[in-house]
Amino acid sequence: MTSEVMLTFYRRLYPFKSIFNWLNHEHAPTQLFTHREFAFTLQGDVYLRYNSFNTAEELKKQVCQLNPTRFEIGPVYSARPKDKKTVRPGKFTPLQRELVFDIDMTDYDPVRTCCSGADICRRCWAFISAAVQVLHAAIREQFGYEHLLWVYSGRRGIHLWISDKEAMELTDDQRRALVGWMTVVKGGNEASKKLNVRLNARSLPPALQAAVDRLRIIFPDLVLSDQNLFASTEGYEALLEQIPDPAVVSKLRQQWQNDPSRSSEDKWVNFKKEVSKYERGSAQRATLTAAMEDIILHYTYPRIDAEVSKHRNHLLKAPFCVHPKTGRVCVPVDPDRIEEFDPESVPTVSQLLRELDALGGKTEPSSETDWEKTSLKPYVDMLDKHALRLMEQVRLDKRGKGLCSGAL
Amino acid sequence: MFKGTERKPFNDEKDLVQVQPSTRIILRSDLLHSYDKPPLYDVTIEEFETCALDRLRILAEIESSAARNRSWEELKVVTNAQCLKYLPLHATSAKTVDRDSQRKKDHLGHFVLRLAFCRSEDLRRRFVKAETTLFKIRYDGDDNAERELFLSSRDFNWIPVDAAEKAKYRKELLAAYQGAKNESVREQAFEGEKYYKVKWTRVPDLVEKRKVFLKGGWAYVPGKELSSIVFQEFETLLVNALELTARSLPRLDEDTRIVPILDNLSQGFLAGVPSEWVGSGDSTNGEDIKAEMIDDLAKKHFPMCMRTMHDNLRRDHHLKHFGRLNYGLFLKAMEIFGRILFISLNLALSFNKEYKYNIRHSYGLEGKRANYAAKSCQQLLMSGPSEYGCPYRHYSPENLQSALLSTYSSQGLASSDLPEIMATVKGSHYHVACTRVFEMTHSSFGVKKGQGVGDGESVTHPNQYAAKSMELYKAQDNSEVMVVE
Ligand SMILES: [Zn+2]
Repeated sequence: MTSEVMLTFYRRLYPFKSIFNWLNHEHAPTQLFTHREFAFTLQGDVYLRYNSFNTAEELKKQVCQLNPTRFEIGPVYSARPKDKKTVRPGKFTPLQRELVFDIDMTDYDPVRTCCSGADICRRCWAFISAAVQVLHAAIREQFGYEHLLWVYSGRRGIHLWISDKEAMELTDDQRRALVGWMTVVKGGNEASKKLNVRLNARSLPPALQAAVDRLRIIFPDLVLSDQNLFASTEGYEALLEQIPDPAVVSKLRQQWQNDPSRSSEDKWVNFKKEVSKYERGSAQRATLTAAMEDIILHYTYPRIDAEVSKHRNHLLKAPFCVHPKTGRVCVPVDPDRIEEFDPESVPTVSQLLRELDALGGKTEPSSETDWEKTSLKPYVDMLDKHALRLMEQVRLDKRGKGLCSGAL
Repeated sequence: MFKGTERKPFNDEKDLVQVQPSTRIILRSDLLHSYDKPPLYDVTIEEFETCALDRLRILAEIESSAARNRSWEELKVVTNAQCLKYLPLHATSAKTVDRDSQRKKDHLGHFVLRLAFCRSEDLRRRFVKAETTLFKIRYDGDDNAERELFLSSRDFNWIPVDAAEKAKYRKELLAAYQGAKNESVREQAFEGEKYYKVKWTRVPDLVEKRKVFLKGGWAYVPGKELSSIVFQEFETLLVNALELTARSLPRLDEDTRIVPILDNLSQGFLAGVPSEWVGSGDSTNGEDIKAEMIDDLAKKHFPMCMRTMHDNLRRDHHLKHFGRLNYGLFLKAMEIFGRILFISLNLALSFNKEYKYNIRHSYGLEGKRANYAAKSCQQLLMSGPSEYGCPYRHYSPENLQSALLSTYSSQGLASSDLPEIMATVKGSHYHVACTRVFEMTHSSFGVKKGQGVGDGESVTHPNQYAAKSMELYKAQDNSEVMVVE
């Protein structure tokens, strides 16, 4: 990405006004925006922290001046971050910030066969899609939050920003508790460890039962058919490790060793058949049924980067930034249509500039709304609609308060 | 510090600390009062200090419990024993005359410590943790009536879940309900359980462990987990109160009598709280004691610090001034508290004259005739270099390990014990290390890990160490007592 390309992108396409509305919750600037930290990453990995701005225009001006490769959004502090050096240390503390989640494809490396590392394709995106469906439902149904914005990270992951008032005000302890509630599979090397999520003899906590019910449908297509995860010896041994019944394990192992070409789907059928050999209601059958659920969770439950979510002062890349390697814009994603989302169809910055060029002289450069004439439009519209709902909520809350105090 | 001799008469106006403009005492009626109101009564400097010190002993023990890896049950036993000793608090239903004074002591101690511990982020965090633990232990130990009284005495803002709603979410509530392994027993307990709704943010610990059912931001908390809300509330209130106190503290700086006490108190966490091993000073009678006798006592009963001083003295016939003072005070206090040992002033037959003077000095017979207290672990920790301080703190790890082996291997300390001791030393829990050494070297007397110098108490004073050791020997074999009264 040349710096010239980036500069044009910031000048003509980046939706500063929409970002402002989304962060600020109101039309007139509040502390949610003015006390908010922005951090810039410049060419050559120069990192500038504790910037803050009074208006969207100020932010735009600075961004165009610095022309960063990307910028991040941090918490709302008790004072303006740009005044950090002049306020007393105790007086500069993070007060609010969106509750954020980061799901990254690299945490799925042990369970995907199509790609590894930084690579991603439509096939393994299905893991992210499953994660979004589970997390989106859980946050809404269990925690009651409504203002969720999902944003593609530009390469191999997805971010979630939750802007409900209560979510904004969560302490680090509360964030840690929520992450604990949500975490089932630890990322990285822990990923192969057996799950330990059952409270009582055999029942799953209700929240995880809901997740299993959702993932049960996704599991055959994703893990068995598409990724074919149990085809290799390594793959089916990992599966056998999770079956707490030595007799069943040795029987299956023998079957599979004798027939190396057997598909994952067939192997799963073998397993299910072994389970059904035990009498309904027997302890062995219950144990194995529970193990089946655990296996589904293990392979498909959202793998959350906990550190990102636990701390109010964690910085996260702003929506609509450009990923420096792929050139793709970090666009909002509709969770209801997540299964249709194709990361490779996300517009790149060069594509957008070409679209602008094609408009030729029909438009004034540096116009505020050039994005409207490009394929960025549906994505900005999505953010605008989201921000509008948020602002409407704040307006209603205010009126509610006004009525109450009026009555008194 | 305010020692008896320096203290003015009780009712001297100058000695009354104005904690608040003097109004009369207001105390909550419930045992588990949440310290909503600061003391609104006059207290003497003495009360001010002793109430706080006694409470601090308990909090320091609670804190060291984490380093000693005590289980919750062990911690409860130890803390309750300590509370009985230093901070008894009878239930509302109990008909003791002392009840009000107990309440006052509890209340005052808590508030003085707030002053002492609000002054840095780290101290606040540790104080909140220890106080919340103390609160939990007391809550745990209360009878149901007492708890009911407390729960109804303040508004916790929880919403009772009615039978219809409980039936609606029966499946989920039951799945999240923790109880007996036996399913039908668990289910039966569930049927009898009353549920309450609170915003999930008020029970983060229950949420983190998935111990509740969550729906639309509401946590459905079973009655038996209500305490979690109470503890959270207690912690939140205390955190806020400490921050508030910290902001108003500068005004206290003018009171030169209080600030040193507060300084001293906040250091108490480092080494636990010293018991006051003050000798009575009437040590004129007694038998001669030979240096060899002390050798034997030192070998069997002395903690590492005093053992080192003794060995140095024997070897060099000389200790630097502070070492002499500390050692002398230690020996003197041993006489009082050991109760089986009388050290004569002629003790130092084989020592030089200066040393003798120093022993006398510390006995309060010569010099300023000041009645010194034997130095506590805390004071030894605060003092400088190794020769007369705490070896666990001042020695290099290598020196400490070889010193430990050469000092205690005859009493059963093995090199395989060293990693555990060194780990606590590395965590700056010097008194815990010393306590472990005591436990290890007295295991033949039936002392088990975690028992410390009795009731699970940690070593906070060299004399406490020695006295307990002698007590153990004496109990085992009376004939072995080498010194007679
Ligand atoms: Zn792939």
